[in-house]
Amino acid sequence: MDITDILLSATFWAAVLRIASPLIFATMGELICERAGVLNLGIEGIMVAGAFAGWIAVYAGLPLWAGVGCAFLTGVCFGLIHGTLTVPFGLSQHVVGIGITMLASAATYFAYRVALPEVSSPPRIEAFQPTGWPILGSQTVLTWAALASVAITAWVLFRTPLGLALRAVGENPAAVEAQGLPVHGLRMGAVAVGSGLMAVGGSFLTLSAFNSFFFDMVNGRGWICIALVVFGAWMPGRALLGALLFAGFDAFQVRLQQTELGAGLPYQLFLAMPYLLSILALILMSRRAEVPGALMVPYNKGER
Amino acid sequence: MRLEPVEAPTLARRIGYPAAALAATVLVAAALAGIAGGNPLAVLGQIVDGAVGTKFARLETLNRATPLIFTGLAVAVAFRAKLWNIGAEAQLYLGAVATVLIGTQSGLPGPLVIPAMAAGAVVAGALMLLGPTLLKTKLGVDEVVTTLLLNFVVLLFVGYLLEGPMKDPMGMGWPKSPSLPKEARLPRIVEGLRLHWGFGIALICALGVWLVQAKTTLGFEMRAVGLNARAARFAGMPVNAVLAKTALISGGLAALAGFSEVAGLKGNLTADISPGFGYTGIVVAMLALLNPLGVVVSALFVAGIFVGADSMSRSAGVPSYIADILLASALLFMVLALMLSRFRVVRG
Repeated sequence: MDITDILLSATFWAAVLRIASPLIFATMGELICERAGVLNLGIEGIMVAGAFAGWIAVYAGLPLWAGVGCAFLTGVCFGLIHGTLTVPFGLSQHVVGIGITMLASAATYFAYRVALPEVSSPPRIEAFQPTGWPILGSQTVLTWAALASVAITAWVLFRTPLGLALRAVGENPAAVEAQGLPVHGLRMGAVAVGSGLMAVGGSFLTLSAFNSFFFDMVNGRGWICIALVVFGAWMPGRALLGALLFAGFDAFQVRLQQTELGAGLPYQLFLAMPYLLSILALILMSRRAEVPGALMVPYNKGER
Repeated sequence: MRLEPVEAPTLARRIGYPAAALAATVLVAAALAGIAGGNPLAVLGQIVDGAVGTKFARLETLNRATPLIFTGLAVAVAFRAKLWNIGAEAQLYLGAVATVLIGTQSGLPGPLVIPAMAAGAVVAGALMLLGPTLLKTKLGVDEVVTTLLLNFVVLLFVGYLLEGPMKDPMGMGWPKSPSLPKEARLPRIVEGLRLHWGFGIALICALGVWLVQAKTTLGFEMRAVGLNARAARFAGMPVNAVLAKTALISGGLAALAGFSEVAGLKGNLTADISPGFGYTGIVVAMLALLNPLGVVVSALFVAGIFVGADSMSRSAGVPSYIADILLASALLFMVLALMLSRFRVVRG
C-alpha cells in the first residue's frame, strides 16, 4: 500500500472523521470559554470525567443519549467550579485550570475504582452504531452532532445578541458592564457550557469509539484542542478545519506505519507526531493569531 | 460581587483562611473515605500512620519527597516570574536520560562521575525548558501548551530510547537502561538507612534558590517580571533575558529530580520512574506559596499523603487515588484562601 492508496481509501476518510469528532466537541467548548475571556486548562481532566460519566451511565443501564447528557452535566459541574474560582474570585486561570484537570482525572479514577473494585479489564458497553446513512454512513450520529456543534457555536457567537455579548465580555468587559449586562454571569455561563461540550467530547471516546473506559484514554487530546483553538484563530469554522487536518494527519500516520517506509521508523515517532504537529501549528499561527483582548484578564467591577 | 483589597491584613486573616483550606481538604478526605465505604476517621488515621507511623514509613516519605522538592522548586522559581512551566515531567525525564548516559558511557573516574551526571542532567533539563521559553518571548507562543505537549513527546522519546539505543542487553527484554556502576550511585546519608544523598542535594538546592531569590539582582528581577512584566521592561529590565535565565534554573532543577531518582534510588532508567512528579510539583509549589524553603515542607506533606494513602489503600480498601483528589482540592482551596486573605468580598 503506498501513500496515494491510503489517501484514496474510504476507511481513511472514515477514520479522519472518527478521530476528529471528540476534538471538535472539546475544541468548540474551549473556544466558547476563551471567547468569553476564560482560558480553561481543565479541559484534559474534564474530558476524562466526561468519558467516564457517559460510559458508567450507559453501563448502569441508561440509554446512550442519557449517557451523553450525564457527560455534559459532569462537565458543567467542573466548569462551575472552574468558573467560580476564576470569574468572580479572579484566581489565576493557569493554576485553577491545572487544578481542575488534576481534580477531575483523580475523581474519575477514584470513582472508577469505587464502582468497579475487582475488574481487571473494563467491561464493554453497547455503544452508538454507524448510521448507515447514504452520506458518512460509517459514522455514528455523535459525529453528526459534533459537526452540528460547530454550526451552532458559530451561529450563536456571530448571529445572536447572546453571542455578541459573549464575545464582548472576552474583549472589553467594562463596556459590557456599561450596557448593564452581567459580566460574571456571561463568563460563568460560557465556562459551564464550554466545559459541558468538552465532557461530551470525552464521552465520544467511550460511547462511540472504544466502547469502554480505560485510564489515560484521553491522552493529551485536551491539550491538543487548546492548540486547535489558537490554530483556528478563535473562529469555529477554522478550528473545525484544524481538527480535520489534524485528524487527517493522525489517520495517515497510523496507516503509514504499516507501509514499508513506516516500518523502518520507530513507532514512537508516529505517536509523537500529533503533539509535535500541535506545537508546529502554534508556532505557525503565533504571528497572526487574534487573541481575545481580555483573555485571562479577570474582571473586577470598579477596577481599571 | 466584587473584591476589595484589604490594606493591612491581620495575622488572623492571613493564617485563618489557609488553615480553613487545610481543614476543608481534610473534610473532603473524610467524605471520600465514606463514599468508598470506609470509616472516615479510621482512614484518616491510617493515612497519617502510613506516612509517619514507623521508621520505614518516615524514610519512605523522605524518599518520596526528594523528587518533589526538586520539581516543586522548579515550578516555584518559574511561577514566581510568571513563566508557566508545566513541563517539569519532561525535564525530569531528560535529566534522567543524561544521568544514565554519562553514568554508563563516560568512563570518568569515580569521584568525577557523579558531578558530571548532575551537570549533564541540569544542562539537558535547562535546554528542554529554554526552547518553549524562547518561543514565548520571541513569537508569543503560550508556554503552558508547549510544555504540556512536550511532556508527551519526551515520554515517547524515552520509550524509544529504552526499547532501542539505550536498552539494557542484559534486561531480559524489559525496556530499561543498563544499571549505573557502583561509583555512579549516590551514597546513603546514614549507612544502613534507605535514604540517599539526593535528599541532601534537594535541601541544598532549596537553600540556594532561596538565596538567589532573596539576595541577588536576578532574584529581584525575576520577582519584578512576575509582578508586572511591562513595568519591569519600562524600568529597563531585560525581561526576555530574565525569563530565559529563569527557564534555565527551573528546567535544571526539575532535571535534578530525574538525576536523583536514577542515581540515588533506582540505579537505572525505566519509563515509569516518575508517577507524575512534574505535575505534583505544581501542587507542592503552590502550597508553599512559591517560597523555596516552604517547598521542602510542602513536599514532605505531599509525599506523606501519597505514602500514607498507598499504605491505607492496602489495608482499608479505599482507592489510593484519594491522595490525588486531596492534593488537587488542597491546591484549589489554597489559592482561594490566599486570595481571601488579601481581598474582601463586597456585594454589588
